[in-house]
Amino acid sequence: MNITLRVWRQANAQSEGRMVTYQVRDVSEDMSFLEMLDLLNEDLTIKGEEPVAFDHDCREGICGTCGVVINGTAHGRGNSPVATTTCQLHMRSFSDGAVIDVEPWRAGSFPVIKDLVVNRSAFDRIIQAGGYVSVNTGSAPDAHANAVNKRKADRAFDAATCIGCGACVAACPNHSGMLFTAAKITHLAMLPQGQPERGLRIKKMVSAHDEEGFGGCTNIGECAAVCPKEIPLDVIGQLNRDLISSLFSRDGK
Amino acid sequence: MAVTGLLLIAFLLMHMFGNFKMFLGEEAFNHYAGWLKGETPDGGILYPILPAGAFIWVFRSVLVLAVILHIYSAVTLWMRAKAATPSAYKARKALAQTYSARTMRWGGVILAGVLIFHLAQFTVHSALTAGSFGATYAHSPYKMFVGEFQQWWMVVIYAVWMLAVAMHLRHGFWSAFATLGANTSPKAFRVLNACAWAIAILLYIGFIFAPVAVLVGWIH
Repeated sequence: MNITLRVWRQANAQSEGRMVTYQVRDVSEDMSFLEMLDLLNEDLTIKGEEPVAFDHDCREGICGTCGVVINGTAHGRGNSPVATTTCQLHMRSFSDGAVIDVEPWRAGSFPVIKDLVVNRSAFDRIIQAGGYVSVNTGSAPDAHANAVNKRKADRAFDAATCIGCGACVAACPNHSGMLFTAAKITHLAMLPQGQPERGLRIKKMVSAHDEEGFGGCTNIGECAAVCPKEIPLDVIGQLNRDLISSLFSRDGK
Repeated sequence: MAVTGLLLIAFLLMHMFGNFKMFLGEEAFNHYAGWLKGETPDGGILYPILPAGAFIWVFRSVLVLAVILHIYSAVTLWMRAKAATPSAYKARKALAQTYSARTMRWGGVILAGVLIFHLAQFTVHSALTAGSFGATYAHSPYKMFVGEFQQWWMVVIYAVWMLAVAMHLRHGFWSAFATLGANTSPKAFRVLNACAWAIAILLYIGFIFAPVAVLVGWIH
């Protein structure tokens, strides 16, 4: 199949970007979206042009490195029949002759480094603020010493599947990072190991989130709709619930 | 945002219920209107704890404060969203957002604008379009209600305005409960959203009922 790509090209963080149109020929429908971009880059390299920079790593949908906005939806969720990362989106989701827009995540907290690559360190700093459990050294506790409610364990595991790709921020009309923050909050809030720091963690992480310049959540739901790991919107409900109860605790005061 | 919004929804429910007094006749409606303002012989609400006519001002102060705080929160969120948006997408497709959710901000501005007209019309009586409160309506809130809504275009304006209000509430009601931590499961989402729809539809029908009844001549 042959497709027309309109790709965001931006030389560096300081320069102005613009959409550039490329024709990509002989694309196999079994190619992933990133392999199609590889094909384009091979072509550009042969022609002596600068290849399109994009983030990628595992290419099996578990690392959270890749991610671009395709035809106006993060990871091309609008073209995919299932929740997906960009690397797991295949060209069979597009028709022959399609015109495809490819843009980087756009958010003030995710500045563009080059072309489709954005700096997502803001997420790292939110995690550094409180997305961990402190564990004393010493002998390992007995297995099953802490019984965990099955429902809570499932919820923790579901929330922990967040790969931190940033699609939620990219899709949010407010460019809020609440789904990401709430996934980590919910993951740790459901487990016994997360309890001692629960009240302090939420205050620190929400403060870090706001300091990074992310917008506020207005419960629109675009984030959960594009999430490749299908983190549900209700983790934000859990975050709000924990935040309100933490305001009545002396943690961090 | 959530707390002030829910307070205003509670007020709207009360306001709608009060409007049903229109169906009980002029005396009942005017007595109710006077009682709210402490103009009835019994001194109105909370008399004699408060002087006659004082409660309405406490009540109005709370409402005005709620509206101001609601707008303040909305503007803060709006500014944060603007600051977090360096440049717009060339192509953008919404997957989940409803029309109500998308129009919360500009819709809110329009609601506030019509609210000022509504207060000027029925509370301050400076923007009455079919008569004057003192002369034509003889100081009767009932006659004023009937006189204003006998104009078909006034009913249309309120029908459109209430549609905007109902849409604002449909997203606002569920969103308020989500902010307060009630949305913690897919089932909670369905229940909250169903309640939001129910409140929005109830308020729309409830508010538009009496003006339409005036228009078709049921109330006259």
